[in-house]
Amino acid sequence: MSDQPKSLFDKVWEKHIVEDESHDRPAVLYIDLHLVHEVTSPQAFSAIEERGLKVRRPDRTFATLDHSTPTLPPNAAGERPYFTADAKNQVETLERNTKNHGVKLFGWGSENRGVVHVMGPEMGLTQPGMTVVCGDSHTSTHGAFGCIAFGIGTSEVGHVLATQCLAQRKPKTMRVTVTGQLQAGVSGKDVALTIINRLGFGGGTGYALEYCGPVIEALDMEGRMTVCNLSIEAGARCGMIAPDQKTIEWLRGRAYVPADYEAAAAEWLKLKSDDGAVFDDEITIDGSVIEPMATWGTTPDQGAAVSKAVPVATNENEAKALKYMHFAGGEARDLAKVDVVFIGSCTNGRMSDLRAAAEIMKGRHIADGVRMLVVPGSEQVRAEAVAEGLDKIFTDAGAEWRLPGCSMCIAMNGDFVQPGQLAVSTSNRNFEGRQGPGARTVLASPATAAASAIAGHITDPRRYIA
Amino acid sequence: MSNQEPINTFSSRIAVLPEANIDTDQIIPARFLTTTSRKGLGVAAFNDWRYEKDGTPKPDFILNTIDASEHRVLVGGNNFGCGSSREHAPWALTDYGFKAVISTEIADIFTSNSLKNGLLPIVVTPEIHAKLLASPQQRVTIDLEANELRLEDGTVFIFKIEAFARQCLLEGVDAMGWLINRLPAIETYEREHAA
Ligand code: SF4
Repeated sequence: MSDQPKSLFDKVWEKHIVEDESHDRPAVLYIDLHLVHEVTSPQAFSAIEERGLKVRRPDRTFATLDHSTPTLPPNAAGERPYFTADAKNQVETLERNTKNHGVKLFGWGSENRGVVHVMGPEMGLTQPGMTVVCGDSHTSTHGAFGCIAFGIGTSEVGHVLATQCLAQRKPKTMRVTVTGQLQAGVSGKDVALTIINRLGFGGGTGYALEYCGPVIEALDMEGRMTVCNLSIEAGARCGMIAPDQKTIEWLRGRAYVPADYEAAAAEWLKLKSDDGAVFDDEITIDGSVIEPMATWGTTPDQGAAVSKAVPVATNENEAKALKYMHFAGGEARDLAKVDVVFIGSCTNGRMSDLRAAAEIMKGRHIADGVRMLVVPGSEQVRAEAVAEGLDKIFTDAGAEWRLPGCSMCIAMNGDFVQPGQLAVSTSNRNFEGRQGPGARTVLASPATAAASAIAGHITDPRRYIA
Repeated sequence: MSNQEPINTFSSRIAVLPEANIDTDQIIPARFLTTTSRKGLGVAAFNDWRYEKDGTPKPDFILNTIDASEHRVLVGGNNFGCGSSREHAPWALTDYGFKAVISTEIADIFTSNSLKNGLLPIVVTPEIHAKLLASPQQRVTIDLEANELRLEDGTVFIFKIEAFARQCLLEGVDAMGWLINRLPAIETYEREHAA
């Protein structure tokens, strides 16, 4: 190997090359961890079964139930309130497939079930330097641990089940440096929405991003996961952050981490980009001017500081988005009355997110006419939140406290926003109809979402922060 | 098993959806993802743009005005197929009858998924895109052997496509078989890395 300085991405990529790429052939990339959920896997299991194959490495394959699962409890007879018979069938199909192939499923009844990108890190399955894939575009979340982690389609889920490898071309790399220091009341979500706004919705297409700089270093692991989670919303396949002492402390003691933890940790610290590592592209963002953000359009890059007016459309695309959102353009943000607030998802469904929301909601009540759902990202998060009394703060404030799942992020399980309603959501996509047909979605941080629930209109959370 | 018919040369009329950033939630809304099959999603392609709430087709929406057997090339706005990794998006488009998607930019995962399902993603320059939008009734020819997109006015555009995916499309085979043939190398890797 050459002595050329290498980036974090290059180090992890090179370590996983089974066969290098050529003009005619992609690289064969080894996958350390394959996470599976019910929605994008049934056809992949069928595909390998049609060839008479078994899952090649069940020990590297872990499944959970999250996307189409109800967040309301079972009835007295123990029946779960599935939204449709198809949803129930899909869950049962994964239960059957994992059993037949000897794959561990964190399913109903498991205290470790959760949204796949909350569950993986929390169980210590996600470890620095790994390649991680899942049939879900927000797999980029795991990049917060210094992994190459990316979403794949169902055909590729089948490839990994069958061979533990993928045929891949090496992407370009881009370094995203966030300088300075965040103001109080500004979170990882606001950083991410600012980055996406700068890069543009497709601006990261073809790239692996590496986030660095003092703001990224100062974020806690959960904030870093939020930032990496949203990489795909700039079109990037993955986003990564170099492992540091925080990474090591956060993972320490988790269920699946290596037995010789200190030795592993020493290796992880070597992954960071070498001085002088070369990137195909670079951008720098001044973190000290980032404010609480909220989207105003129908793609995640269409965002602006909550304190500023809704922008006036400068092209047809923006005009179409404003029209869908029922915004005129140019009006103050707080004119928008909120119907629904959703706190949860793989973007913002972790403890620090729930704490940030609870801090604002404690001793307050949501405004009349607002419906608020708080959906923990996993059973572990739920248990910890209950132990801290956060569930009580939410229900006292008039919010609904639900069972873990994707819920209103993707609106497959019966939790959705009614046509025409305006939702402030801590999830990741504000596409037309994402939270239900005709639903209008504003993406924001947990603090901004909670503050907007209290105020009854979109508002800057800093007014409630002492 | 191959999951598609070989693609070589075909001619077709185009169907134009000029909006930018058409995401996979528009191509196939999440509530249709509870299927356990790859087939049958064509009727739900662009569901929320295509039908009224009561299920009646919206008369002006492009997919309701064309003949799917005649229009096999979809021309979309910039950054087509962004968003979720759902392979249900190319499944819905191919089930409807499309064999190619043309745009000035096509999202990574959608591209990768399309190539595995016999749906050819073709990225063109803004000039070519403008020509397609200017004559939305035209018939184009796609020649994968020559990497050519030929417009009605005689313009020939050479498109780029990843070499391996192209070979798979021309032969109608998928990458799983190729990966399975690499198993000896994969096993060696696992031994050397104690994986
Ligand atoms: S929470 Fe939303 S984005 Fe995350 S895995 Fe679930 S559906 Fe996907």
